[in-house]
Amino acid sequence: MSTPSTTDRPGLIEARPVRHPWRWVAIAVIALLVAMLANMVVTNPAWDWGFVFKAMVQSPVLRGLYVGTLLTTVLAMAVGIAGGVLTAVMRLSDNPILSGVAWVFTWFFRGIPRYVLLFTMGTLGILFQKGLGLGIPFDWKIQELLGISGSWRFATLDANALFAGLFGAVLGLGLSEAAYMSEIARAGILSVDKGQSEAAEALGMSSGKSMLRIVLPQAMRVIVPPTGNETIAMVKDTSLLIALPLTTELFFQLQAIGSRTYKVFPAAVAASIWYLFITSILMVGQFYLERHFGRGFGQKKPKNKRFARAAGMGGA
Amino acid sequence: MSAHAQGNNANTSATSSDAGDSGTKGMPLVHAVNVMKSFHDVQVLKGIDMDVRKGQVICLLGPSGSGKTTFLRCINQLETIDGGRIWVDGELMGYEDRGGTLHRLNSKAIAAQRREIGMVFQRFNLFPHKTTLENIMEAPIQVKGEKKSEARDRALALLERVGLLDKPSAYPSQLSGGQQQRVAIARAMAMQPKLMLFDEPTSALDPELVGEVLAVMRELANDGTTMIVVTHEMSFAREVADHVVFMDGGVVVEQGDPKSVINNPQHARTKSFLSRMQAEPQAVEHVPASLEEAIIAVEIPRPGGELFIPVEHFPEEDE
Repeated sequence: MSTPSTTDRPGLIEARPVRHPWRWVAIAVIALLVAMLANMVVTNPAWDWGFVFKAMVQSPVLRGLYVGTLLTTVLAMAVGIAGGVLTAVMRLSDNPILSGVAWVFTWFFRGIPRYVLLFTMGTLGILFQKGLGLGIPFDWKIQELLGISGSWRFATLDANALFAGLFGAVLGLGLSEAAYMSEIARAGILSVDKGQSEAAEALGMSSGKSMLRIVLPQAMRVIVPPTGNETIAMVKDTSLLIALPLTTELFFQLQAIGSRTYKVFPAAVAASIWYLFITSILMVGQFYLERHFGRGFGQKKPKNKRFARAAGMGGA
Repeated sequence: MSAHAQGNNANTSATSSDAGDSGTKGMPLVHAVNVMKSFHDVQVLKGIDMDVRKGQVICLLGPSGSGKTTFLRCINQLETIDGGRIWVDGELMGYEDRGGTLHRLNSKAIAAQRREIGMVFQRFNLFPHKTTLENIMEAPIQVKGEKKSEARDRALALLERVGLLDKPSAYPSQLSGGQQQRVAIARAMAMQPKLMLFDEPTSALDPELVGEVLAVMRELANDGTTMIVVTHEMSFAREVADHVVFMDGGVVVEQGDPKSVINNPQHARTKSFLSRMQAEPQAVEHVPASLEEAIIAVEIPRPGGELFIPVEHFPEEDE
């Protein structure tokens, strides 16, 4: 380590670091607060930890977790991502009709609060009191004009059950999500250098093929991080499903247990623990997903900062 | 170094007036008449006429903002022209002439026309999420519907031709600028185009990497590829081009044999542009005769004693 240094040439630096006395003060204050909290958590009987952990694994709660929370999140995000990317591509299309339709879609579903949207979705059945028929549009009118009769419908569904069930949940949350994902996907597509689509088109690719094979894969790098946040937000937003009302859902089930047993607070703690557990797992997944999509782009390592950012955000 | 075997064009000096409406027979490969293009209120091209015969190498010279790049982009319809006509291999670009009325082609037909024209960009525009080999194979498979094995064989042959047979699975970010541009040339050639367009292919390169790209282009020219090259490399214009066109302010100011235009310009604007170009240091004195020569040329020992090998110096690979 020691290169021969003469007296006039300074050698290695061995300086005193800057002192941070306030850090120690902060540590002391935080330690005190943590001690108070820990004491309260352990000694205050209202926490009722035994009840919390028992409530967390009740079979209706677990069923609510699987169906209303996890399954709905997966399906609604699938609808949201597919719909969002499609809407973004439509928005950026040269075709004024496609871009107009996409704009109206985004305007509508972004403008309505999710709770209100789900509530409205659950009442849609009133529009189709005789059932939701699938068949040829305006069939009764055509039959009237031609003077014939018969059924031109392939199937008739119970609209009440449909919209107030899992289908309504996925549709409501999915379409709302698609409106947000549309903006995220649009930003991702616009972030890809215009030279990329020009190069693809100069090779004779159609604009659709250029989008699918050249632009979108590169846009993924920009789209994935906020999509992770959206997924985390979606997990939390499934707690709104009672507006439909869909009752096979984590929070409603725990709330029901809480009100039946008069232990509302421990039930709320149980729900919070479940949500924290799921979102933590998703954050870890997001970290690896981002690292995957950052490859091949000359980015050496994904910065660890990203993980921190993902953890810090996630509102809605 | 001025003598180069070309042998495919007795008719070097291109004039546009003779072709006229004589139909597709005897028409040059590229036949542009009175091409006009405006961006908003600025007219960038003010009636360009240009003919390029099969096998010819044309260099477009001129100061920046003169419309060279715009004209090049109009040929493969990355820009839509406002006036005039461009025919490539007898086919009217972008329109169909039905009894004197022009009908705009749909995007599918335009894509089909672009297939016949290769383009090399200033900033390479390689697909960063695909390897070298995938970049070259992409269009033949996706656009022409070629078999994977067939596309792969040709891609490898092209990689050999541009001297990068050792890098089929490298990503663009792992290649130097010169290597990326050579891949981009191979990618365009993979579609077996009738015409190659080069838009300032060496402008974004470090000076020591210019030679290897010019060498590849020279080899293409020697193989009889029809090329239109927008460039500031005077050595390439002097040694490889069959015909140079000097543009300024959206018009063709002067054109003709490279030696006579470059050594003995007639027009005042050409003279001032050329004297400015001569004042600037050029990346290469001469276009290397071959890729090997270009790569050896940059391995000259430096005065300090260490070997300077920029060609092999690319960013460290991802783990």
